[in-house]
Amino acid sequence: MKKFLILFIVVLVSQIVSVNVFAGSDDTLEIKNKQNKKSTEVKDCFETVNRGIFAFNQGLDKIFFKPIAKGYKYLPKPIRSGTSNALSNLSNVVTVPNNILQGKLKDAGINALRFSINSTLGIAGIFDVASYYGLNKLDKEDYGQTLGTWGVKEGCYFVLPVLGPTTVRDAMGSIVNFSGGDAWYNVTVANNTKYFENSDYYYSRLTAGVDFRAKNLEAFESLEKNSLDLYASVRSLYLQDRQRKILNLNETTETMNDDDWEEIDTQ
Amino acid sequence: MLKIKITSIFVLILILIIPLKAKEPSKLITEIVNEASIILSSSDPVESKIIKLNNIAETNVDINGIGMYTLGKYRKNLNEDQRIKYKKLFKSYFLKSFSSRLVDYSDPKINVVSEKKLNDKYTIVSTILEETSKNPEIKIDWRIYTKNPERPLIRDLIVEGLSLARTQKEEFKSIIQNNDGNINYLFKSLEEFIIK
Repeated sequence: MKKFLILFIVVLVSQIVSVNVFAGSDDTLEIKNKQNKKSTEVKDCFETVNRGIFAFNQGLDKIFFKPIAKGYKYLPKPIRSGTSNALSNLSNVVTVPNNILQGKLKDAGINALRFSINSTLGIAGIFDVASYYGLNKLDKEDYGQTLGTWGVKEGCYFVLPVLGPTTVRDAMGSIVNFSGGDAWYNVTVANNTKYFENSDYYYSRLTAGVDFRAKNLEAFESLEKNSLDLYASVRSLYLQDRQRKILNLNETTETMNDDDWEEIDTQ
Repeated sequence: MLKIKITSIFVLILILIIPLKAKEPSKLITEIVNEASIILSSSDPVESKIIKLNNIAETNVDINGIGMYTLGKYRKNLNEDQRIKYKKLFKSYFLKSFSSRLVDYSDPKINVVSEKKLNDKYTIVSTILEETSKNPEIKIDWRIYTKNPERPLIRDLIVEGLSLARTQKEEFKSIIQNNDGNINYLFKSLEEFIIK
């Protein structure tokens, strides 16, 4: 565990060093901000290897996740919604500390309250009772997003076997989960408690994967059917999604650089 | 005769002084969605639906603009022959991809939520694709090119925060980059997709 922590700190420091430090006159700040907005390109440092792992994941998806997700979709809607709610409720144990780390104390309070109400009155999160009390669901947060809001850059993009696309920054975020940052992992795998088994954690992760896959069955099928280079499309979608989540913007156009559009004049 | 002359002059003056009415971007989206919904929920054969959907796209989508955007920096290196070839290929590719994505939907219900003007050239129309028994609710933003306010055109669809045009652009870039910057490989990929 210590090794993980040391590795995490070393990578974190090296990333922070590479981040632009905004200091000096307002002009400098503006230029750097502009550069920052433009530098949306993330390096795919090990593309050949990544493409190989992506192909492996595609194969795994075809024989395992996709058929299960298709079967899962046949379950009655209340069962699917309940499962999705319970998993979403569980994710609050990671979201709340990240709300605090990002300085969003109000969101942390709302999410903590939602977790308490839904875990009890909502029977382990199956029912979203908190919404009836006006505590509406907020966006999920994770340690990768927190590092992003602190200014840590993505680093290289890479693909993990089974787990799929990630970046150095997001992988560091995952390491934090396994180093005490995820209370659900702590009570199931990291510590021996009489209430939970190791398998509870792995089942919940697996179900979350199947739930996500089932929700995106048609979208992914359409992407597969219409892509000239599926690997590049998935990479683009993953990076866009992370960028939007880190900036916490609903107005998606603000995350994009409009320069290219401005150049194109067809009218 | 004089009356006819006076009336004609009056009508002419009216035509000249009353400017063409600008079409609101959100109205454009509502019209397109309604039109597409009628086509998709009809009992027409798939081929007929595709032809009608493609007509909507050709009238309301800036296919040339999207094509140039998705080429990114490589559009600057195109010679005239390549430009003509790319335009033709991209149009065929776009229409095939567009109709095949849509034709799977039987009767999509899309509601316009808001409209935000970014500048004189662009307005974003935010819509919601209603939840069905199969799929959750989906947010879709439409980037509308409004340089000519009388004829606004769609340039991008941003689904749950993910831009289709940007994804396409990065896909094309990857194909060109992985083939030593040779744009002919992109043309080949497009041709293969079209005849598939």
